[in-house]
This record gives sequence, structure tokens and C-alpha cells, in this order.
Amino acid sequence: MTLELSENSWQYRSLNAVNPGLDYLSDALIDLTDQGHPIVAGAADLQYSNGLVKYAKAYPERFFQFGISEQHMVSAAAGLATTGKMPFVATFASFLGLLCCEQIRMDIAYCNLPVRLIGHHTGISLGFYGTSHHATEDISTMRAIANLTVVSTADGPQLASAIAASVNWPQPIYFRIGRGREPDVYDPGVPFVFGKAITHRIGSEITIIACGTTVHPAIAAADALSAKGISVGVIDMPTIKPLDVDSVIEAGSRSAVILTVEEHNVLGGLGSAVAEVLAETRPGARLVRHGIKDEFSLIAPPAHLYAHYQLDAEGLQQVMMDIIES
Amino acid sequence: MIIIDSRVAATPDFLRERATFVRLETIRLIEIAKVGHYSSVFSAAEIFATLYYSVMSLKPGDPSWPDRDRFLMGKGHAAVGLYPILADLGFLPLEELDGYTRLGSALGDHPDMRKVPGIDFSSGSIGHALSNGIGMALGCRLDRREYTVFVMLGDGEMQEGQVWEAALSAAHYQLANVIAIIDRNGYQLDGKVDDVIGIEPLGDKWRAFGWEVHEVDGHDVIALDTLLHRLKQDTERSSPVCVIANTVKGKGVPFMETEPGWHLGYLDPVDARAAVEAILMGGGSQ
Repeated sequence: MTLELSENSWQYRSLNAVNPGLDYLSDALIDLTDQGHPIVAGAADLQYSNGLVKYAKAYPERFFQFGISEQHMVSAAAGLATTGKMPFVATFASFLGLLCCEQIRMDIAYCNLPVRLIGHHTGISLGFYGTSHHATEDISTMRAIANLTVVSTADGPQLASAIAASVNWPQPIYFRIGRGREPDVYDPGVPFVFGKAITHRIGSEITIIACGTTVHPAIAAADALSAKGISVGVIDMPTIKPLDVDSVIEAGSRSAVILTVEEHNVLGGLGSAVAEVLAETRPGARLVRHGIKDEFSLIAPPAHLYAHYQLDAEGLQQVMMDIIES
Repeated sequence: MIIIDSRVAATPDFLRERATFVRLETIRLIEIAKVGHYSSVFSAAEIFATLYYSVMSLKPGDPSWPDRDRFLMGKGHAAVGLYPILADLGFLPLEELDGYTRLGSALGDHPDMRKVPGIDFSSGSIGHALSNGIGMALGCRLDRREYTVFVMLGDGEMQEGQVWEAALSAAHYQLANVIAIIDRNGYQLDGKVDDVIGIEPLGDKWRAFGWEVHEVDGHDVIALDTLLHRLKQDTERSSPVCVIANTVKGKGVPFMETEPGWHLGYLDPVDARAAVEAILMGGGSQ
């Protein structure tokens, strides 16, 4: 690295001021490297956007800048993994989960190498940067690939815990993460267990099954309705594959309605994964899938988009009221 | 344990005989599958033989030996020519060749690192291998090891964009232990490479991307052996190396050399006998 962002630059100040969640990525990797794990990291011209610049400064010889060559980065990460390394490579989820899909399938998943793919700024979180930068299909593509574990974390602390837990997870992992501005759901240090859902609220009328950035508004929406006497449960499903099937069946037995909420197309994502379980086990609950309704998302500031697509707390309350009244 | 010691050059006659072995075994194995990439192997037979019997440092009894040289095949469809060498060296039982492509076999048209000892990386989707090899070279540097990463690329593979992403990257990181060998046999599935999408001036392209470029007759085992040994031992170099191996698609079987349609095909018993006779008459190696 020969040229760094000036601390006086707009980009440096804005990133450090408003993306605190992304610090968890580098910090977690630094911790693991400090402990002696064979971590290496790679970026494709987004080291400031994903915060890996912090890791690059801590371990410059273990950080690889690949430039705007995402597919090459993924394939090279696979090569690195054959030498005993645990590579974490990051870029926008829209590129990682789609542009690099075939490299992920062939070089990482088929070869079953312990590469960790970090798809950041996922969903519609890049707002007005363009639909080109929105990732509303990455769960679909990634969960269709054998050997690949798919994780969608709700906040920075959960990401850090999942990264820490990943050293004992031999298979490749696709981490779907936000832009680092998500309000925290979890306290730092809560252990992460791959394949296990986390039940936040128990309810009999509706149980929300959410993942990623939608977990926080789901809890807020559930609490708002509970205050009105409506029994709403909330389950965070951070591991979309392998899915916590028992948790889905249990919720489907307990609640009249399962509402899946995701910052993703309703086709192929969390809602589809839950639908498969409900269809095969028939615990009784009706399913409503909420997310992007098979359309290319609009551009706008992210908060406006979350409101438009009813993915914020107010929107989710309305979605649930509509279900109850229907 | 057999150890291939790259400091000891094999004799030219031995390398030629091993290239003939590759060609004959390829015909035998494809007879099992009833279709295969004969001519893609025949252009690469001397390159395979020279690398595996002379240039590369290997321990067939220990396929995961961390200091071994690596070999990756962008043109994974030539794997049928590599399996006999791996079996001959002891990476896998010779009998395993007899089940080539049959249900449950580890040996398919494209190589699988998880099933075949001695295969350093799986391939089949053209354009990935150089990137995979660069990752290995970065890991090698981090581990302070000294092995060489050989990546065989098809000339049609030059049409894949990822190859050039990788080319930029290897030069940027000054990965002098990466040696790309382009099997410049001139043909791809749809015809002549230069008719499909031209790739010349090929050497100039690699030089412009910051690579040291050499050209060699890819069927001349003495030239190949001398060049690859020298490149592997050169510790002064700071750039990766591209070896353009000028080859003949289908080399060794006259009726394949003049017929581009043999990229993928099947020799009926009469043609197979003719091909074997031509190979045994000395077609192929120089």
C-alpha cells in the first residue's frame, strides 16, 4: 500500500464515522491472526468500504489487494487455501454472489476449501448508488451451491462472533453482511453457533423469521405489536444453510403465521428456504414471505428504500397488521 | 519412496518414450469412455512428460508434500493424458486407470483434486487455473517456501478475461515462481484459434503485462527440458514467466494433425490401430 486515504478526506471521515459495524470484520481477523490462525485477507479495490484496510495495516504481508478483479480474487483465494491458509476475501455482495458465482462454485465449493467470502453492502443498502450495486439474489445463488455454508449476520458483534467460530468450521462460507451502519442486536462476545437460530421473542399469532439487517426492525416491530396485545415471535436465522430446520418446525407449530423477512428477493432466499421446510413437514402455520417482490429495487437513500419496501420497523408492523386483518 | 529430483535431468530418449506412453494410454483410456480429447493431449504430451519425469520436484508417496512443485491445468480436458503419468509414478494404482470415467471412478474428463492424488487443483471451467496458481504462489511466499507453480494454459484459453486479470496480478506481485506454459496448438473446439478470436501477437501481450516470455518447440523434449530447468533454477528473475510452447494439435497421428475436428472425438478400432501404429513409428516427440 503506497497511498493511504488522508484522515482529512471526506471518504476517510465518513467511513470511520458511520460504518462502525465494519470495524468488527478487521478486528475479528486481527484477533484470529494474533492467536496464530492462518488467516489471510483480500480485497478488490474496496478496502476502505469494507474496512479491511485496518487488517492490511496490522498484517500487511497477509493482506492481498487484487484490484478490480473480483473473479481472480476468488480463484486466487482458493489457491491460497490449498497452502493451508484460511482466506477471507471481501467485495460488494452484488459482485461476489453473482459475478463470482462460478468461481465460488468451481474453485471453492467443489474443491471444498475453507475460504470465507464476505459479501458486504448487501441487499439494498447501497441505496442510490444503483440497482447495479444492490444484492437481492445472492442468497439464492449461494445456497444453491453444494458444500457452501451461507450466513447472514445481523450486526457487527454477530459477524465478529461468527468469524471467530468459523475457524472450527471446515467448509467454505459465504457471509452476507450489511454496510456497517446497522444498530446492534447483540452484545459483543455472544457465541455464534453455525446452523442454530436464535429465538428473541415467542409468539402465537405470528412468528417472524428474519436474517441480517432485518432482525433489528423485526424485534422492534414485534415489540410494538405485542404492546397492542398481539402475540408476535421473532427468530433470527443467521445460518441460512444449513437451515435450523427444527426451529422452523417448532415455530410453525406454535404460530398461526410464519412471516419471513429478508433484504432479498422473496424468490430463492430465506423465505424460500423456510417454505421448503414448511411444505415438507406441514407443521400447520401459514407462510408469508416478505422482502423484495421479484423486482429490481428502486434507488433512493437507504432509509427511504427500507421504508418503501416495508423493511423498517414501521413497515413490518404494517405488514403484520395486514396479515392479521386479511 | 520415489522422489522426482528435478536436479537430475532425464534422458531425452526416456522423455520421448514417456510421451509415447502418454499418447498410447490416452487412446486406451478414451476407448473406455468412447469419447475424449485426444488431440488436446497429443499437443501436450512432451510438456507433461518433461514436467513430471524431469523438471518438477515431487514425492508421489506424499502427494501433499508442502514443498512439491505444483501443476495446474487450465485446459483440464487434457487430464486423460496426465492420469497415466500419475499412475506410472505411483500417485494412484495403475488399475484405477481401467475404470476411467465409469461410475464411481475418480478419473473424469476433467481433473478433481479431491479424488485424484497428485492433482493439485480441480479444473474444467477454462480461465481459472492461472488465478488458482497465483494464490498458491502467494501462499508459497508467505510460507517462505521455494516451490514452482507451473500452469498449463490452452491457447484458446487466452480468450478468457480472467486470464488477463491473473496476468496483471502475477506481475504486480512479482511472482517469479509462476511459470505459465501455453500449449499453442492453434485450435479450439470451434476451429482455428485465430479464426475464432485471434490472440496474436501473443508474446507481445504477455510482455506488455510484465511477464518474461520464451518460445519453445513444445515437442522438442531437449529444448523443453533445458528451458524449464533453467527457468525453475533462475533465482535472479523478478517477474513471472510465460512459455509459449508451439505445438501441433493431434501431434503424432497424421490424420489428426490435419483435421481440427479431433479436438473431441472417438477413434473406431480401425482408426485406433492406425493411430497407435503412427505413434509407435515415432510420430510425436522430437
